[in-house]
Amino acid sequence: MSLDVDAGHRTRMLPSNQRRHARPPGPRRLLSWLDLRAAPYFFVSPYFVLFAIFGIFPLIFTLWVSLHDWQLAGDKTFIGMENYTELLADDKFWNSVVNTVGIFMIATVPQLLLALLLANALNKKLRGRLVLRLSVLAPLITSVVAVAVVFTQLYGRDYGLVNWLLSLFGVDAIHWQNEKWTSWVAIATMVDWRWTGYNAIIYLAAMQTIPKDLYEAAAIDGASPRRQFWGITVPLLKPTIIFTVIVSTIGGFTLFAEPVMFGAGLMTGGTTGQFQTVAMFIVKEGFRDFQYGYAAAAAWILFLLILISALINFALVRGLGRSR
Amino acid sequence: MMNNTRRGRLLAAVAVGALALSAAACGSDEPAPAAGASGAASAPAEKVEITLQTFGGGENFAYDDAVAAWNASHPNIQVKYVNLTDRFEDTYLPQVLQWLEAGSGAGDVIAMDEGAMGLMSARPQYFADLSQYGLDSRKADFPEYKWNTGVNKDGKLYALGTDIGGMAMCYRTDLFKQAGLPTSRDEVSALWPDWNAYLETGKKFKAALPKVGFVDGANTVYNSVLAQEAGKNGGQVYFDQNQTLIVDKNPGVKAAFDYVQTLSTAGLTAKLRSWTEEWNTAMQKGGFATMGCPSWMLGVISGTSGDANKGNWDVAAVPGASGNWGGSWLMVPSQSKHPKEAAEVLNYLTGKDGQVAAFKEGGNFPSSLPAQQDPAVADAKNAYFNDAPSGPIFAASVAQLSPVFFGEKHAQVKAAVEEVLVGADQGSVKWADAWTRFVEEGVKAAG
Repeated sequence: MSLDVDAGHRTRMLPSNQRRHARPPGPRRLLSWLDLRAAPYFFVSPYFVLFAIFGIFPLIFTLWVSLHDWQLAGDKTFIGMENYTELLADDKFWNSVVNTVGIFMIATVPQLLLALLLANALNKKLRGRLVLRLSVLAPLITSVVAVAVVFTQLYGRDYGLVNWLLSLFGVDAIHWQNEKWTSWVAIATMVDWRWTGYNAIIYLAAMQTIPKDLYEAAAIDGASPRRQFWGITVPLLKPTIIFTVIVSTIGGFTLFAEPVMFGAGLMTGGTTGQFQTVAMFIVKEGFRDFQYGYAAAAAWILFLLILISALINFALVRGLGRSR
Repeated sequence: MMNNTRRGRLLAAVAVGALALSAAACGSDEPAPAAGASGAASAPAEKVEITLQTFGGGENFAYDDAVAAWNASHPNIQVKYVNLTDRFEDTYLPQVLQWLEAGSGAGDVIAMDEGAMGLMSARPQYFADLSQYGLDSRKADFPEYKWNTGVNKDGKLYALGTDIGGMAMCYRTDLFKQAGLPTSRDEVSALWPDWNAYLETGKKFKAALPKVGFVDGANTVYNSVLAQEAGKNGGQVYFDQNQTLIVDKNPGVKAAFDYVQTLSTAGLTAKLRSWTEEWNTAMQKGGFATMGCPSWMLGVISGTSGDANKGNWDVAAVPGASGNWGGSWLMVPSQSKHPKEAAEVLNYLTGKDGQVAAFKEGGNFPSSLPAQQDPAVADAKNAYFNDAPSGPIFAASVAQLSPVFFGEKHAQVKAAVEEVLVGADQGSVKWADAWTRFVEEGVKAAG
């Protein structure tokens, strides 16, 4: 392959470079050193420069802000860890953490299971397979806000479609925003509507890399399709499942647009904070109450929470299929 | 202008911004020293450009015509009119605060919604003293309420009023007819000279039409009662003049709270929250019969209820005859390089001509008394509301309005306690616990 030949050529050039050591150092040598050693770093640097500006700097600066009583257009006093101690004792913050984790659980677990089953079904020989596969992905290309607006109307208390359907079975009108669990269910369905297809397509792509002969061999040994699914498909999908779980964890912990739209655009997430997520809590503290320091501390704790729960999920999923 | 009207717009695009919090917090320099009165000469010798910054969707401040007229007659003071965003709360206000803090970026004249006036009057260092430019002579032009809110904690005049919401009571003539109540606006106004009479009318209405709400929800009624009660208590609402929280001590707050509780437990509210889809639908389908109506709400009702309901809505006086929701002010940041010329522009826009032009262009109801008396405003009729004479109705509601003191954290406390009220009305908070929670939330929000 040409790539290898090229690489070999480069390594052979190196000794001739070393011979030049005898010569006094000059601009040509510097240039060639730059070409060989520095250029690769230069070529990858745009990403890292941008990442430093928009990734590392905000992270560090947020940490700095979080150590202050930082009011927008007001006083800024260094108070050390006080924001953090106050935050850890703030039941509103913990309420938002509970909401976030709760919505994440009831959204993600069914979502990934459903996506897995969907991908398995789409992996079969079906008529109009391409159309079906594309249509599964369709919700992803609709805007989050549009999804949230439509679902919020469906879940309307007085004129919503869901309550109308329930009323056919004699169920009283539910005020979905009013209770924790009803609002969580409503928001979870919005999340699932949007992301199930996305995960299904990722699983489907991974399934197609599994060699057919594994299934043939299993079939010859008399394994049922169900057994094949759990015994071959799921274990071989494990890296993909880990990826989707981690991406879902990050998405779930930063959940924002759906609950905001569901709560009429307010950051309070319901009258008693029934569905206020951590991201909403941060925006409320920072941009409604202008307590930047407090909001920054909450943002850092959210970062740590995501890190911890991604690790927990990673550990859980890694054990998947081991017992089977 | 009222930020809530804009909040109804799709709002969630900020999504990822939640974590990029700090990106917005750059530029922590001390505020630059005030530019001072650089323009000592009476008229600028050279051309000066004055930047005017506002917010709001749709017609927003409706200054296009007013600015064009000014620019045509003032070749040396050209106004550059920039409407920054349609979102006050989450975009305009944080941005302006950052500019004030950074010492540059803010316009020479900026607009501010009522919700942020408590915060601004507690930051006198950022704004020019308008009395230096002779604008204290304008006092007689404004209702006391509007004028006093423009005076900051140092007692300096720093802002003059633009539009004002006022308060009326919109009602459905079709539902009133079904309930056997009178339908003409004078008779309806006579039904409720005070809030008790309003409650009694509601009970009659409910007896006739048990499935329809008499009023949409808790908010407008609460705020109207509160504004009237606050007048009896020295104009204090949630804070006293020393910025001490008095949410639990102010009898006016308790009275307004109790009234809403009575109304809600009697089953007279439709248990709706403003700016929700349910609220919009109920407006179209006749889910409630009355609704507290600032002047800008007329546009919300006609836009939401649609042509099918034309003539079904009418406007009567609010019980107790006074109230207000919304309205804005203009001010000159001290970082402006041309404060004198900026004050001239501000004087024009808040004056009779500027406010009448904005009323004609966008329907923003003037707070200036001479503008209210201008035939263009005073004789204005609203066709959608059976040709209701909206001008005199709203003018009357603000004429007797008592000045109210807005604490620095007024907006936050107001938002937090009203949330409890909505929750109690809708059932997520028990009325038995509501007052305790109301006070607690107020204390938390005050920080």
